[in-house]
Amino acid sequence: MSFLHYWRAMWGIIGRELWRFIKQRERFISALVRPLIWLFVFAAGFRASLGIAITPPYETYILYEVYITPGLVGMIQLFNGMQSSLSMVYDREMGSMRILMVCPLPRWFLLMSKLIAGVAVSVLQVYVFLAIAWGYDIQAPWQGYLWVLPALVLAGLMLGALGLLLSSFIKQLENFAGVMNFVIFPMFFMSTALYPLWKIQESSTLLHTIALYNPFSQAVELIRFALYGQYNQTAFIYTLVAFIIFMSAAIVGYNPSKGMMTSKKGAE
Amino acid sequence: MRKLLLGLGFLLLHVTAQADSVLVTLEKDNAIAIMDSQTDTLLKTVPVGQRPRGIALSPDHKTLFVATSDDNTIKMLDAETFKELGALPSGEDPETFAVSPAGDRLYVSNEDDSQVTVIDVAKRKVVQKIAVGVEPEGIAVSPDNKWVVSASETTNMLHWIDPKTLKIVDNTLVDPRPRAVAFTADSQQLWVTSEIAGTLSVLDVKTRQLLKSIKLTVPGVTADKIQPVGVVIDNAHRWAYVAIGPANRVAVINAQTFAVEKYLLVGQRVWNLAFSPDQKKLYTTNGMSNDVSIIDLDSHTVTKSVGVGRYPWGVVVKP
Repeated sequence: MSFLHYWRAMWGIIGRELWRFIKQRERFISALVRPLIWLFVFAAGFRASLGIAITPPYETYILYEVYITPGLVGMIQLFNGMQSSLSMVYDREMGSMRILMVCPLPRWFLLMSKLIAGVAVSVLQVYVFLAIAWGYDIQAPWQGYLWVLPALVLAGLMLGALGLLLSSFIKQLENFAGVMNFVIFPMFFMSTALYPLWKIQESSTLLHTIALYNPFSQAVELIRFALYGQYNQTAFIYTLVAFIIFMSAAIVGYNPSKGMMTSKKGAE
Repeated sequence: MRKLLLGLGFLLLHVTAQADSVLVTLEKDNAIAIMDSQTDTLLKTVPVGQRPRGIALSPDHKTLFVATSDDNTIKMLDAETFKELGALPSGEDPETFAVSPAGDRLYVSNEDDSQVTVIDVAKRKVVQKIAVGVEPEGIAVSPDNKWVVSASETTNMLHWIDPKTLKIVDNTLVDPRPRAVAFTADSQQLWVTSEIAGTLSVLDVKTRQLLKSIKLTVPGVTADKIQPVGVVIDNAHRWAYVAIGPANRVAVINAQTFAVEKYLLVGQRVWNLAFSPDQKKLYTTNGMSNDVSIIDLDSHTVTKSVGVGRYPWGVVVKP
């Protein structure tokens, strides 16, 4: 199998995903509307609060909407990861997954391409969101907008891999509501996306521990630090390790001989 | 190699020589905090006396005056070494004072005695005590040395004192609880903050009448927290900045149109403000959060807040 073969397959998958994204304008708008409502409505209510105490990477007091922005960037990527997982289930139901899987390329490569395609879409969404936030006076140093790119790629890969892993469990599209209730919401709310760790600790030690070990928190912190031109090593390693674990599990999950589909079929 | 090292040494010396020092009085720590303006970090704190508040430099930047309220004196320190040079007879509980443009006199507000004490710096003696309204607080000398203005918090009045005769020439009523007063660099306008009214009054010095009253409102912050305190106007007369106490904000005001352009979030209970000598930075003392916020004046953004010690009150920047 030549390199060109791999290359074409990968671009085929990414191209399809980007094309889908651009074509589905509602999806593009809805992906933006969600975090923007959080920013303009939810965060606006807390704007009046007289500043959030200084925690790294911030060097001074910030308004709540400044704090929540990296969390909402994470939210875009989390929903995107889950959306990709949804589209995998849809593809499986429609039969296009079969076409993809019979392609004479390793399964891990196909899944990885699918994942990269999802990340590319989420990065696009994030930059549009950050541009709107800039107009709303939420401005990071300009270098931060470059530094955040690798952080977005890693966070996107980790959350996308989680989506892939989940999609290997979900058989039908209807089950996606469960993913919303049991994965997306707990991951988002029990993280540092909305409140800093010290604030969570004030209310509950258990919640603090969950938020601390929640991989989504670490992805958000990685993004938050990168946006202010700083490197958070703990968050980087944590996100990377979580990505490797989720991706490996997803690859196993999609293996017809060992995967989740087999065990589920057996259960039927 | 030696030349290179020497060169580096000179460069370092040059850089060090260029750094300004930000001097902050710490009301509760009985000390002055000294910050480096290049790195915006705390260098050290120096004990100075009981409850230091007002702080000012002599025009030649060699002497530092610090009102140590509970010692009932204004201390004179060497601005380089911070060694005490002497103490001035300020009267009871000095808080705010102003230095004359020539540096020969100090005008001190004596809140409890309702008077302004005029001190001859060279002789270290009281020249005169001028009776003013109840609780005088803000005080300023016009850069052209034609006026000394004292603001009485309870009388809600500005007293216009002629520095030659040391007599009150005129009085102007302003909004409740005038707190701080500042002249523009051309001595044409006087800006006054009113703590209870939440307003800023701009007066024409020639007529001593109100030019404009600016109401400060921070969206989402209740009116009782809008308590303007310190005010400064840049030399180019383009921007004015007002510390709004418990609102934790500094208002950025267009000094030409009098429009409030922005409210910048700083630390808690922001008292006083000071420009860097090049007027590219503004330093704020945040009394409750024990830090100093640094505002970049090109972008009008708060870049950093640095912990300095307990109850920072007054601030001055030494070139």
